[in-house]
Amino acid sequence: MRYSYYPGCSLHSTASEYDLSTRAVMEALGVELVELSDWNCCGASSGHASSHFLTYALPLRNLILAEKQAAGDLLVPCAACYNLLKTADYKMASRDGEAESLNSEMQTIMGRRYEGRVQVRHVLEVLALPEIRRKIAAGVTRPLSGLKVAAYYGCLLSRPPQVVAFEDNPEQPTTMDAVLRLAGAEPVPWWGKTDCCGASLAISQPGLVETMVGRIVSAASYAGATALVTACPLCQSNLDTRQAPGQEMMPVFFITELLGLALGLAGSDKWLRRHMCDTQPVLAGVGGSLTAAHGKAGM
Amino acid sequence: MAAIEPVVEFGRRVETHSGQPVNRCYQCRKCSGGCPLTFAMDILPHQLIRLVQLGLSEKALQSKTIWVCAACRTCVSRCPNGIDTAAVADALKQMAVESGTAVAENKVYAFHQSFLQSVRSNGRLHELGMIAGYKLKTKTYTQDLAMGLGMFRRGKLKLMAEKISRRDEIRQIFARSGEVKA
Repeated sequence: MRYSYYPGCSLHSTASEYDLSTRAVMEALGVELVELSDWNCCGASSGHASSHFLTYALPLRNLILAEKQAAGDLLVPCAACYNLLKTADYKMASRDGEAESLNSEMQTIMGRRYEGRVQVRHVLEVLALPEIRRKIAAGVTRPLSGLKVAAYYGCLLSRPPQVVAFEDNPEQPTTMDAVLRLAGAEPVPWWGKTDCCGASLAISQPGLVETMVGRIVSAASYAGATALVTACPLCQSNLDTRQAPGQEMMPVFFITELLGLALGLAGSDKWLRRHMCDTQPVLAGVGGSLTAAHGKAGM
Repeated sequence: MAAIEPVVEFGRRVETHSGQPVNRCYQCRKCSGGCPLTFAMDILPHQLIRLVQLGLSEKALQSKTIWVCAACRTCVSRCPNGIDTAAVADALKQMAVESGTAVAENKVYAFHQSFLQSVRSNGRLHELGMIAGYKLKTKTYTQDLAMGLGMFRRGKLKLMAEKISRRDEIRQIFARSGEVKA
């Protein structure tokens, strides 16, 4: 199984642990990733705020590159990139006048049009494939038993449903919960799954984002979770850095990090030490103390 | 008193700019019921759409609402008439800047400008460069300083920007975007 891989800007910097853990997990599951050559920022979320043309043109350049490089479906770990790439693909599939004019602009700029042959896939979508689920079930060596987590999907994996969703019920997504169960963890039922973390308002309106993050963390805590799990670098960053000072902090994992731990993969300490909120207290004692075992193995 | 443009004219401009069928709205308020940011808004999402329908351009363009929308897309997912209110807010942001209307939330605007400046010159976002640009624009030098240092120590912020090789293509995309510059 081979995918073209679009990491997006965050995975090359603030969310490098998501990049590292995604690559490690995919390799362990026999999925080959070929990074899209010369990819550009998809524009999330300032592109669409500032120009209707940028909304589509920035992701469209990546779709055209993916079609040209033809390394397989385009795998995207970032929910915001995923959403914008899907939105551009959806627009082009409509073949309306605007799609036509976008294509002729791109023909002038890149010497190439988009023919609509790229399938954009989110990491969660791939982890939920029956074949991959079987491999996960067979590969778990350190089940995360006793770890109660709240699977947090955020906005952009399921909205708007006609454009992006791979969930049966976009208001009540379940794919991440299923992966967590395979990894031996206990995902709690809760109501904050698809609430908004405040996204790109974190820098310009930090007070608003603290309020929104506070609601999510309280809901997860009320449901009995000791940690949050995300599949989006912006959600993880907001939840990890904007919890109200003075309160007990709840660690925020990427789904691929927990999966990597359960699969017993090397290098998990390199992912987890990048977190702002310490992950050790929650992991201590889980599945026979995961990270301690990793430390001894010199990983 | 706010200037009133003929109803059809402003509404039509917003429909064209946003690609959204604003006039289909019959004020069911599902958008405002689901919106997670109403606590920070001066006008509720369904009211924003009503202002557009009524041609009350000044009130719509001067609102905080268009800037604090986080584009979470809850409104469009639940709208029975298929209106993407977040896309309407995007169009109104652009129309506000183009018409020289006072921007109600300058910091949000400064963030978008700094973000795109970085993408325009590198092809990818350089977070440290974007933050530096934002702080110069807004003079918020001390905000999040400790957090920034913590992120830097953990290797989350790169000193040097990653640049793509075909930056000429990105420059051409921006040149065609009509995006309003600083």
